[in-house]
Amino acid sequence: MRVMIKLGLGAAFLFWLGIVQAAPTFPPLSGRVVDEANLLSPATREAITAQLEAHEKATTNQVVVVTVADLQGYPIEDYGYQLGRHWGIGQAEHDNGVLLIVAPKERKVRIEVGYGLEGTLTDALSHDIIQNRILPRFRKQQYEAGIIEGVNAILAVLQGDYTPVSKKKVSNQSQNLHVGTFISLFMFLLIVGELSSMWLRGRLRSGLTLAAVAFIAGWIFISMAVGFILAMLVFLLHQFIGSGGGPGASGGTGRHHHRYDYPGRGYGSYGGGYSSGGGFGGFSGGGGSFGGGGASGGW
Amino acid sequence: MKDSSLTWTQQQIKHHRQDGKSGLMILLGLVIIVVVIVAMLVPIINKIPTQDEEVTAAWSQVTNQYQRRADLVPNLVNTVKGYAKQEREVLTQVVEARAKVAQMQIPKDILTNPNAFQAFQANQDALSSALSRLLVVVERYPDLKSNQNFLTLQSQLEGTENRIAVARRDYIESVKRFNTTIRTIPGRWVRSIFYPELTVKENFTAAPGAEVVPQVKFD
Repeated sequence: MRVMIKLGLGAAFLFWLGIVQAAPTFPPLSGRVVDEANLLSPATREAITAQLEAHEKATTNQVVVVTVADLQGYPIEDYGYQLGRHWGIGQAEHDNGVLLIVAPKERKVRIEVGYGLEGTLTDALSHDIIQNRILPRFRKQQYEAGIIEGVNAILAVLQGDYTPVSKKKVSNQSQNLHVGTFISLFMFLLIVGELSSMWLRGRLRSGLTLAAVAFIAGWIFISMAVGFILAMLVFLLHQFIGSGGGPGASGGTGRHHHRYDYPGRGYGSYGGGYSSGGGFGGFSGGGGSFGGGGASGGW
Repeated sequence: MKDSSLTWTQQQIKHHRQDGKSGLMILLGLVIIVVVIVAMLVPIINKIPTQDEEVTAAWSQVTNQYQRRADLVPNLVNTVKGYAKQEREVLTQVVEARAKVAQMQIPKDILTNPNAFQAFQANQDALSSALSRLLVVVERYPDLKSNQNFLTLQSQLEGTENRIAVARRDYIESVKRFNTTIRTIPGRWVRSIFYPELTVKENFTAAPGAEVVPQVKFD
């Protein structure tokens, strides 16, 4: 039993390591404005937050402003789409999230556009906003003004022709499926056990049938234990050999399937945390995804 | 342990001769065992086609983005031509690489056909490098660089190259997952029983300089 616990702990630790190694670390989603690099005054932060909140209420689009202290050596394009997926910005069924990412240390700025808004906030428009609205101010060290301009421009584009859609949360079916499999297996075993015990009590009470039951029970237990150990072994091997290929691996995932696999989605939807700004409730990503749309610039 | 199981077997044989019902019990036991094993395998049985579909989806994203790039090229070439006619060599290279990509026949089994997959990759990489050469050359033409139409095309091309990079990375990850599943132990058995038609997928090779789609920078 102790060995099992140790194995489990080991596996959990490796799993955690796998997640940590595969992607850059991201700041927590503390609100619609995540000012890790401290470029904004509290008043501006609140004003932008209110603006973005109103926009989401009207259109369901989620726009988030993030200033990062450090890109950890990643190009801003790599960092941006992974951050968007990690936080799950945008509604899951529309992928209508936008990130305005500012990295003052690397002197880079990027507008990261979710799949669903690529047709509205196009690369060319994003490029235009960055070059003509944001960068001129950033070059004069007016970060706050540049960010405000950028947010206004992004919202203006989005309000152009985007039709409001109903807000609906989609339940995660793939997780229910696993639980369902276990429950049905459990139920099945219970029923079989009950039936066979009834049959036994009613008819045969010889040593043989008891032995047979013991045999079956033992078999089930052992096969499960063997299955568990095998699974553990495979998992461990997987972690060591197939570096990054395991279920804990993140980084790139595809347009459709990441919805079920991507670990970031899990905490993106509930781990979002709450804004420290006054008078603002919880904010979390709706589960939207990103595929590299948008534009970047530097100053 | 071994002794007791031996005596138990002997006992069983003895009882088996005496009592016909024990045959039924053993059958019941076997059925339960089979059902339990199948139930334990269900997640893996489902996982293989799910991951197969994920690879297909990721692949269609890759081809979409490459298509998008190919669609941008004629416009870009025309715009550059207007300002930099003398760069005939580079322009011709781009046009030829684009034509090769457009004419490419993509067989249905490309994901499991190494030759077709490599040809696809080689053609796309050729267009990537021709385009990046073109964009180096245009640096010499300030008039072109201030042309609004060209700037728009540039930003679209930049965005598309970035999307290609993301789509390729997603594809690589999905193939890694799928191949790992069908090459490691429970999945390996499940595949050979349930999905003998699914085989290991081709992945993008990280040839030196080709692992990253050339970054197009315009600042």
